[in-house]
Amino acid sequence: MADMRTPLNKVRGLGSAKEGADHFWRQRVSALANIPLTLFLVATIALLAGKDHAQVAAYLGSPLAAIAMLALIVSATVHMRLGMQVIIEDYVNGEGAKILTLVANTFFTIMVGLACVYAIIKLSLGS
Amino acid sequence: MANAKLQTGRPLSPHLQIYRPMLTMMMSIAHRITGAALYFGTLALAWWLIAAATGPEYFNFVNGLAGTLIGKLLLFGYTWALIHHMIGGIRHFIWDTGRGFDLSVVEFMARASLAASLGLTVLIWAIALIAPGGL
Repeated sequence: MADMRTPLNKVRGLGSAKEGADHFWRQRVSALANIPLTLFLVATIALLAGKDHAQVAAYLGSPLAAIAMLALIVSATVHMRLGMQVIIEDYVNGEGAKILTLVANTFFTIMVGLACVYAIIKLSLGS
Repeated sequence: MANAKLQTGRPLSPHLQIYRPMLTMMMSIAHRITGAALYFGTLALAWWLIAAATGPEYFNFVNGLAGTLIGKLLLFGYTWALIHHMIGGIRHFIWDTGRGFDLSVVEFMARASLAASLGLTVLIWAIALIAPGGL
Protein backbone atom coordinates (compact mmCIF):
# COMPACT_ATOMS: atom_id res chain seq x y z
CA MET A 1 0.00 0.00 0.00
CA ALA A 2 1.27 3.42 -0.87
CA ASP A 3 2.48 5.46 2.04
CA MET A 4 0.34 8.57 2.01
CA ARG A 5 2.32 10.41 4.70
CA THR A 6 4.55 13.20 3.47
CA PRO A 7 8.27 13.24 4.40
CA LEU A 8 7.60 16.33 6.50
CA ASN A 9 4.88 14.54 8.44
CA LYS A 10 7.22 11.64 9.19
CA VAL A 11 9.85 13.82 10.85
CA ARG A 12 7.54 16.31 12.55
CA GLY A 13 7.66 15.98 16.32
CA LEU A 14 10.94 14.05 16.31
CA GLY A 15 12.80 17.23 17.15
CA SER A 16 16.08 18.50 15.74
CA ALA A 17 19.45 16.90 16.43
CA LYS A 18 20.05 19.98 18.63
CA GLU A 19 23.61 20.33 17.46
CA GLY A 20 23.16 22.77 14.59
CA ALA A 21 23.93 25.94 16.54
CA ASP A 22 27.04 24.37 18.10
CA HIS A 23 28.33 23.30 14.66
CA PHE A 24 27.66 26.77 13.23
CA TRP A 25 29.36 28.45 16.17
CA ARG A 26 32.49 26.28 16.13
CA GLN A 27 32.77 26.78 12.36
CA ARG A 28 32.61 30.58 12.76
CA VAL A 29 35.00 30.74 15.74
CA SER A 30 37.60 28.61 13.92
CA ALA A 31 37.01 30.71 10.77
CA LEU A 32 37.71 33.90 12.74
CA ALA A 33 40.92 32.42 14.15
CA ASN A 34 41.88 31.27 10.66
CA ILE A 35 41.90 34.79 9.21
CA PRO A 36 45.10 36.10 10.89
CA LEU A 37 46.62 32.60 10.94
CA THR A 38 46.05 32.16 7.19
CA LEU A 39 47.69 35.50 6.49
CA PHE A 40 50.62 34.28 8.62
CA LEU A 41 50.79 31.01 6.66
CA VAL A 42 50.70 32.75 3.28
CA ALA A 43 53.43 35.14 4.43
CA THR A 44 55.45 32.18 5.71
CA ILE A 45 55.12 30.25 2.45
CA ALA A 46 56.14 33.29 0.40
CA LEU A 47 58.97 34.13 2.80
CA LEU A 48 60.42 30.61 2.89
CA ALA A 49 60.02 29.77 -0.80
CA GLY A 50 63.44 28.80 -2.13
CA LYS A 51 65.19 29.02 1.26
CA ASP A 52 67.56 26.24 2.34
CA HIS A 53 66.96 23.77 5.16
CA ALA A 54 68.88 25.61 7.87
CA GLN A 55 66.95 28.84 7.28
CA VAL A 56 63.56 27.07 7.14
CA ALA A 57 64.28 24.97 10.25
CA ALA A 58 65.48 28.02 12.19
CA TYR A 59 62.37 30.00 11.22
CA LEU A 60 59.85 27.22 11.97
CA GLY A 61 61.63 26.37 15.23
CA SER A 62 61.61 29.95 16.55
CA PRO A 63 59.08 30.41 19.37
CA LEU A 64 56.76 32.94 17.71
CA ALA A 65 56.55 31.13 14.36
CA ALA A 66 56.18 27.74 16.06
CA ILE A 67 53.33 28.91 18.33
CA ALA A 68 51.55 30.57 15.39
CA MET A 69 51.98 27.40 13.30
CA LEU A 70 50.57 25.24 16.14
CA ALA A 71 47.60 27.59 16.52
CA LEU A 72 47.03 27.49 12.77
CA ILE A 73 47.17 23.69 12.68
CA VAL A 74 44.67 23.28 15.53
CA SER A 75 42.26 25.91 14.22
CA ALA A 76 42.54 24.80 10.58
CA THR A 77 42.04 21.09 11.27
CA VAL A 78 38.98 21.80 13.46
CA HIS A 79 37.59 23.99 10.66
CA MET A 80 38.45 21.38 8.00
CA ARG A 81 36.64 18.66 9.90
CA LEU A 82 33.49 20.77 10.28
CA GLY A 83 33.52 21.86 6.65
CA MET A 84 34.10 18.39 5.21
CA GLN A 85 31.38 17.03 7.52
CA VAL A 86 28.86 19.33 5.80
CA ILE A 87 30.07 18.27 2.35
CA ILE A 88 29.75 14.58 3.31
CA GLU A 89 26.27 15.09 4.75
CA ASP A 90 25.26 16.85 1.53
CA TYR A 91 26.56 14.31 -0.98
CA VAL A 92 26.93 10.89 0.66
CA ASN A 93 23.47 9.37 0.84
CA GLY A 94 23.75 5.78 2.08
CA GLU A 95 23.66 5.62 5.88
CA GLY A 96 26.60 3.18 6.16
CA ALA A 97 28.78 5.05 3.66
CA LYS A 98 27.94 8.32 5.38
CA ILE A 99 29.01 7.09 8.82
CA LEU A 100 32.22 5.59 7.41
CA THR A 101 33.19 8.78 5.57
CA LEU A 102 32.37 10.91 8.62
CA VAL A 103 34.67 8.73 10.75
CA ALA A 104 37.33 8.82 8.00
CA ASN A 105 37.02 12.61 8.07
CA THR A 106 37.70 12.65 11.81
CA PHE A 107 40.68 10.30 11.50
CA PHE A 108 42.15 12.19 8.53
CA THR A 109 41.99 15.63 10.15
CA ILE A 110 43.42 14.37 13.45
CA MET A 111 46.28 12.51 11.74
CA VAL A 112 47.21 15.43 9.47
CA GLY A 113 47.07 17.74 12.48
CA LEU A 114 49.23 15.44 14.62
CA ALA A 115 51.79 15.05 11.82
CA CYS A 116 52.15 18.84 11.58
CA VAL A 117 52.28 19.28 15.37
CA TYR A 118 54.95 16.57 15.66
CA ALA A 119 57.10 18.26 13.00
CA ILE A 120 56.81 21.70 14.63
CA ILE A 121 57.67 20.34 18.09
CA LYS A 122 60.64 18.42 16.70
CA LEU A 123 61.91 21.55 14.95
CA SER A 124 61.38 23.62 18.11
CA LEU A 125 63.18 21.28 20.49
CA GLY A 126 66.12 20.88 18.12
CA SER A 127 67.05 17.75 16.22
CA MET B 1 15.11 15.18 5.95
CA ALA B 2 18.32 14.19 4.18
CA ASN B 3 17.56 10.51 4.65
CA ALA B 4 13.81 10.64 3.94
CA LYS B 5 12.83 8.54 0.94
CA LEU B 6 10.97 10.79 -1.43
CA GLN B 7 8.47 8.44 -3.02
CA THR B 8 5.50 10.71 -3.35
CA GLY B 9 6.43 11.66 -6.93
CA ARG B 10 6.02 15.32 -6.25
CA PRO B 11 8.40 17.65 -8.11
CA LEU B 12 11.81 18.31 -6.57
CA SER B 13 13.52 21.67 -6.77
CA PRO B 14 15.70 21.94 -9.88
CA HIS B 15 19.42 21.30 -9.44
CA LEU B 16 22.52 23.08 -10.73
CA GLN B 17 22.34 22.12 -14.40
CA ILE B 18 18.91 23.72 -14.76
CA TYR B 19 20.06 27.22 -13.90
CA ARG B 20 21.96 29.67 -16.08
CA PRO B 21 25.42 30.00 -14.50
CA MET B 22 25.75 33.23 -12.54
CA LEU B 23 28.73 34.80 -10.77
CA THR B 24 27.21 34.54 -7.29
CA MET B 25 26.44 30.86 -7.86
CA MET B 26 29.97 30.21 -9.17
CA MET B 27 31.43 31.98 -6.13
CA SER B 28 29.38 29.75 -3.84
CA ILE B 29 30.65 26.66 -5.66
CA ALA B 30 34.21 28.04 -5.63
CA HIS B 31 34.00 28.52 -1.87
CA ARG B 32 33.17 24.86 -1.36
CA ILE B 33 35.73 23.64 -3.92
CA THR B 34 38.55 25.77 -2.47
CA GLY B 35 37.59 24.50 0.99
CA ALA B 36 37.79 20.88 -0.15
CA ALA B 37 41.06 21.57 -2.01
CA LEU B 38 42.59 23.15 1.09
CA TYR B 39 41.47 20.10 3.09
CA PHE B 40 43.70 17.88 0.96
CA GLY B 41 46.29 20.62 0.47
CA THR B 42 47.01 20.34 4.21
CA LEU B 43 48.64 16.99 3.35
CA ALA B 44 51.24 18.93 1.37
CA LEU B 45 51.80 21.29 4.31
CA ALA B 46 52.26 18.29 6.64
CA TRP B 47 54.66 16.70 4.14
CA TRP B 48 56.73 19.87 3.91
CA LEU B 49 56.85 20.31 7.72
CA ILE B 50 57.82 16.66 8.24
CA ALA B 51 60.53 17.07 5.60
CA ALA B 52 61.90 20.11 7.43
CA ALA B 53 61.88 18.13 10.68
CA THR B 54 63.56 15.10 9.06
CA GLY B 55 66.76 16.76 7.85
CA PRO B 56 68.48 18.66 5.04
CA GLU B 57 68.65 15.77 2.57
CA TYR B 58 64.96 14.90 2.56
CA PHE B 59 64.01 18.56 2.82
CA ASN B 60 66.01 19.37 -0.31
CA PHE B 61 64.20 16.57 -2.15
CA VAL B 62 60.74 17.92 -1.19
CA ASN B 63 61.80 21.52 -1.77
CA GLY B 64 63.10 20.47 -5.18
CA LEU B 65 59.66 19.10 -6.05
CA ALA B 66 58.08 22.36 -4.89
CA GLY B 67 60.51 24.26 -7.10
CA THR B 68 59.46 22.51 -10.33
CA LEU B 69 56.98 24.22 -12.63
CA ILE B 70 54.14 21.95 -11.47
CA GLY B 71 55.17 22.49 -7.86
CA LYS B 72 55.16 26.26 -8.30
CA LEU B 73 51.74 26.16 -9.99
CA LEU B 74 50.33 24.03 -7.15
CA LEU B 75 51.85 26.38 -4.58
CA PHE B 76 50.37 29.38 -6.41
CA GLY B 77 46.98 27.62 -6.55
CA TYR B 78 47.23 26.71 -2.86
CA THR B 79 47.86 30.32 -1.82
CA TRP B 80 45.02 31.52 -4.07
CA ALA B 81 42.66 28.91 -2.56
CA LEU B 82 43.68 30.02 0.95
CA ILE B 83 43.09 33.69 0.22
CA HIS B 84 39.92 33.14 -1.80
CA HIS B 85 38.37 30.92 0.88
CA MET B 86 39.38 33.44 3.56
CA ILE B 87 37.79 36.37 1.71
CA GLY B 88 34.71 34.23 1.02
CA GLY B 89 34.55 33.55 4.75
CA ILE B 90 34.69 37.28 5.50
CA ARG B 91 31.74 37.71 3.08
CA HIS B 92 29.86 35.11 5.13
CA PHE B 93 30.69 37.02 8.33
CA ILE B 94 29.11 40.14 6.79
CA TRP B 95 26.00 38.13 5.88
CA ASP B 96 25.94 36.67 9.42
CA THR B 97 25.24 40.17 10.74
CA GLY B 98 22.15 40.36 8.51
CA ARG B 99 23.77 42.93 6.20
CA GLY B 100 24.67 42.81 2.52
CA PHE B 101 21.71 40.87 1.13
CA ASP B 102 20.62 43.45 -1.46
CA LEU B 103 21.22 41.99 -4.92
CA SER B 104 23.46 44.88 -5.96
CA VAL B 105 25.59 44.44 -2.82
CA VAL B 106 25.76 40.66 -3.26
CA GLU B 107 26.89 41.10 -6.85
CA PHE B 108 29.44 43.74 -5.87
CA MET B 109 30.89 41.58 -3.08
CA ALA B 110 31.19 38.61 -5.45
CA ARG B 111 33.16 40.69 -7.97
CA ALA B 112 35.23 42.43 -5.29
CA SER B 113 36.24 39.23 -3.50
CA LEU B 114 37.26 37.52 -6.76
CA ALA B 115 39.31 40.56 -7.79
CA ALA B 116 40.84 40.82 -4.30
CA SER B 117 41.79 37.14 -4.09
CA LEU B 118 43.44 37.15 -7.53
CA GLY B 119 45.12 40.52 -6.95
CA LEU B 120 46.46 39.62 -3.50
CA THR B 121 47.80 36.25 -4.68
CA VAL B 122 49.66 37.82 -7.61
CA LEU B 123 50.96 40.60 -5.34
CA ILE B 124 52.25 38.15 -2.71
CA TRP B 125 54.07 36.03 -5.27
CA ALA B 126 55.44 39.09 -7.04
CA ILE B 127 56.92 40.24 -3.71
CA ALA B 128 58.22 36.74 -2.93
CA LEU B 129 59.88 36.42 -6.35
CA ILE B 130 61.37 39.93 -6.40
CA ALA B 131 62.60 39.84 -2.77
CA PRO B 132 66.34 39.10 -2.48
CA GLY B 133 66.98 35.40 -2.10
CA GLY B 134 63.54 34.52 -3.46
CA LEU B 135 62.80 31.51 -5.66
